[in-house]
Amino acid sequence: MKTKSPVIWPLAGLGALVLLNAVFNPGFLHITLLDGHLYGVPVDILTQGSRTMLVALGMTLVIATAGVDLSVGSVVAIAGAVCAVLLQDGHGLATTLAAAIGAGLLAGLANGLLVARFGVQPIVATLILMVAGRGVAQLIVDGQVIIIKSAAFDYLANGFLLGLPFAPLLVVALYAVAHFTLRRTALGLFIEAVGDNETASRFAGLAAARIKAFAYVFCGACAGLAGVLAAANIRAADAYRAGENMELDAIFAVVVGGTALSGGRFSILGTAVGALLIQTLTTTMYNLGVPPAIAPVPKALLIIGVSLLQSEKVGRWLGGLGRKKEAT
Amino acid sequence: MADLLELRGIGKRFPGVVALQGVDFTVRAGEIHALLGENGAGKSTLIKVLTGVHPADAGEIRFGGQLIRPGAPKDAERLGISTVYQEVNLVPSLSIAENITLGRQPGRGGFLNWRAIRRRARAALARLEVDCDVDAELGSLSVALQQMVAIARALDTSARLLVLDEPTASLDEKEVAELFTIMRKLRADGLGIVFVTHFLDQVYAVTDRLTILRNGQLVGEYATADLTRLALVGKMLGREVSAADFSPGVVAARPDQTAPILTASKLGRSGAIAPVDLAMHAGEVTGLGGLLGSGRTETARLLFGIDAADSGRIEIKGAPVAIDSPRDAVRLGLAFCSEDRKAEGILPNLSVRENLIVALQGKRGALRALSRAEQAQLCDHYIKALRIKTADAETPIKNLSGGNQQKVLLARWLATRPAVIILDEPTRGIDIGAKQEIEQLIAKLRADGLAVLFISSEIDEVVRNCSRVLVLRERRLTGEVAGAGLSSENLMHLMAGTHEN
Repeated sequence: MKTKSPVIWPLAGLGALVLLNAVFNPGFLHITLLDGHLYGVPVDILTQGSRTMLVALGMTLVIATAGVDLSVGSVVAIAGAVCAVLLQDGHGLATTLAAAIGAGLLAGLANGLLVARFGVQPIVATLILMVAGRGVAQLIVDGQVIIIKSAAFDYLANGFLLGLPFAPLLVVALYAVAHFTLRRTALGLFIEAVGDNETASRFAGLAAARIKAFAYVFCGACAGLAGVLAAANIRAADAYRAGENMELDAIFAVVVGGTALSGGRFSILGTAVGALLIQTLTTTMYNLGVPPAIAPVPKALLIIGVSLLQSEKVGRWLGGLGRKKEAT
Repeated sequence: MADLLELRGIGKRFPGVVALQGVDFTVRAGEIHALLGENGAGKSTLIKVLTGVHPADAGEIRFGGQLIRPGAPKDAERLGISTVYQEVNLVPSLSIAENITLGRQPGRGGFLNWRAIRRRARAALARLEVDCDVDAELGSLSVALQQMVAIARALDTSARLLVLDEPTASLDEKEVAELFTIMRKLRADGLGIVFVTHFLDQVYAVTDRLTILRNGQLVGEYATADLTRLALVGKMLGREVSAADFSPGVVAARPDQTAPILTASKLGRSGAIAPVDLAMHAGEVTGLGGLLGSGRTETARLLFGIDAADSGRIEIKGAPVAIDSPRDAVRLGLAFCSEDRKAEGILPNLSVRENLIVALQGKRGALRALSRAEQAQLCDHYIKALRIKTADAETPIKNLSGGNQQKVLLARWLATRPAVIILDEPTRGIDIGAKQEIEQLIAKLRADGLAVLFISSEIDEVVRNCSRVLVLRERRLTGEVAGAGLSSENLMHLMAGTHEN
């Protein structure tokens, strides 16, 4: 028997939230075509949510190996700082992108080595870079907020391709590639095996340490690219604020999407829906004028709700209610 | 004698499986009652229903005449039903006294009364005539003593019914005898004891009555003395068994001495096993005998690259090889079925299919993925060939019974087409029917030309399956027997160190 798809609940949550918005704000779902480009709140959500989606994609694999990466927010800041400095010095877009993503890869490699090679607890290992990474980013930009003036760079976050916003298109394409790669090769199985029982996986002949390290490297690269998009979005590198709390949003997206923090089974589609759910909530609160200081509260409530729906115990309880109703 | 416990018409379903159907089970006060059946017969489920881990879907439970519905292990405990599981469920880093009273420590207002804790622990242990320091850390004790502590803990709740779920699986003979003495004493005190075991000797040694389950249904309830061993096995298997089924026919002849596939010379690791010489030939089952802790598993772990050897070398077909990890070993054509299925074998939340293909896929690498059709074909083949009982290949392996999980793990290794396979206690904790199937499988592997290293603590099993046995004692190789010298007596003498001619 196949277990019920874990995507159902976050999808239901997303649907409910969109419906709620549409009822109280009839313009919410309104999409207009202006100069051949799509505009509207849903488009905004996709554009703004693309960075969280990207970071959450990498985080999914790390969490599937029963780990976690707290350093992604700092890696976003580092990558943004690298972009700003290189563009300022007149380097081309390709060099800049390669350097920024390379910085993310390196950060991931450092995390991966600590966790997989030296057996440091993932929370501790990535906490190091979470704290130190912001300092590194500050060093790169010399404590300044650097304004970026590059039309090509700007296009990455704010441009349109065939009328559609470029950033979400890029992220969706990456999700598709990741899904294809993980499921058509045995990589997805290996990651799930290591997350489910690392000792047994090693005894079955899997290179468990290498598989875990790969997850962190991939996560670092995703965070690096997200850093590029974040810097391009505000046309500046802000080492202090860029990627702030992004690790939390990403972890939320993964968990809400049905991948358990204890590792094992993961769902990329679930993560995408989870990330959109969180971005929709953020946008909703912004539109409702909820002060940023209070904003985490509804977010927390939503996450509790979805997590409860996913828990086996609550599921059994709900199932029990259903059965009782049938009986009467 | 009054019926202490009465289960009527118990039914329980899990997704895709009917685990129990209309099962009756009665235990009297002052008796030891064996609960028997093959793997997947429903013994564990019945005990979980009784102890409130999985509430039943149908039927009723009466305890001391009262209708009860235990919804959680705590409910059952409060009523006087205590359970000791096969794996000791205690906290190794706490003291014996703390473990015995954990969750019900005497005290007031959040403060513990340490004197009362120690007193109660001592009283509980005294009842079992176990003498040990109640302040000692539990983890420092032998498994047998930990088992005693677990029983003491169970009795501390003024239990009237004690459920022992395979308590003897990791005990040696002397410890088993001690446990039986305690069980008889508790029986004399008027306790009802449910005893789950796979060892038929033990059933006849200590039980008064027995209940047999098969495929989730009741086969019957018998007085132990009225049932011959052969009849008992027949009822468990659902067919009449002749003694011939278990005799090997011909003692497996050693194949003509060809060059060995695998040789280890002076392979050792300090603290684990003194340097061992070992040669394995195609088409031969080599036994590795010895008591628990004699260094059998340690030797296997060195061969398979799990632990690093600090002396010696391994050659495969005459060529020296470096085996630094299980991955190296698998690529060189080795396979290793660990004795600890749960911790080192299964990927519990993944499907039967994924568990089955993972070693082969690991050998091929991530990029050369097996196609869906290839996976389905492997699963079909092995589920049929090994008679694996599962709803389908997509069922999570944790939903299977122990014996079927073991078969999936065997299939995992056979799928890699190994030249050498190491089986560490492949029949531990599984019932007689599955045991027999696994022994037949070993014979087939030998016929197919594999070199098999067979590790078991059951002497008869070693004698039946092997043509040559290396005996370990106290972490060193003490002897090798083959041919006419291969008898239970010889092996026992070597294992016990009484081989003084």
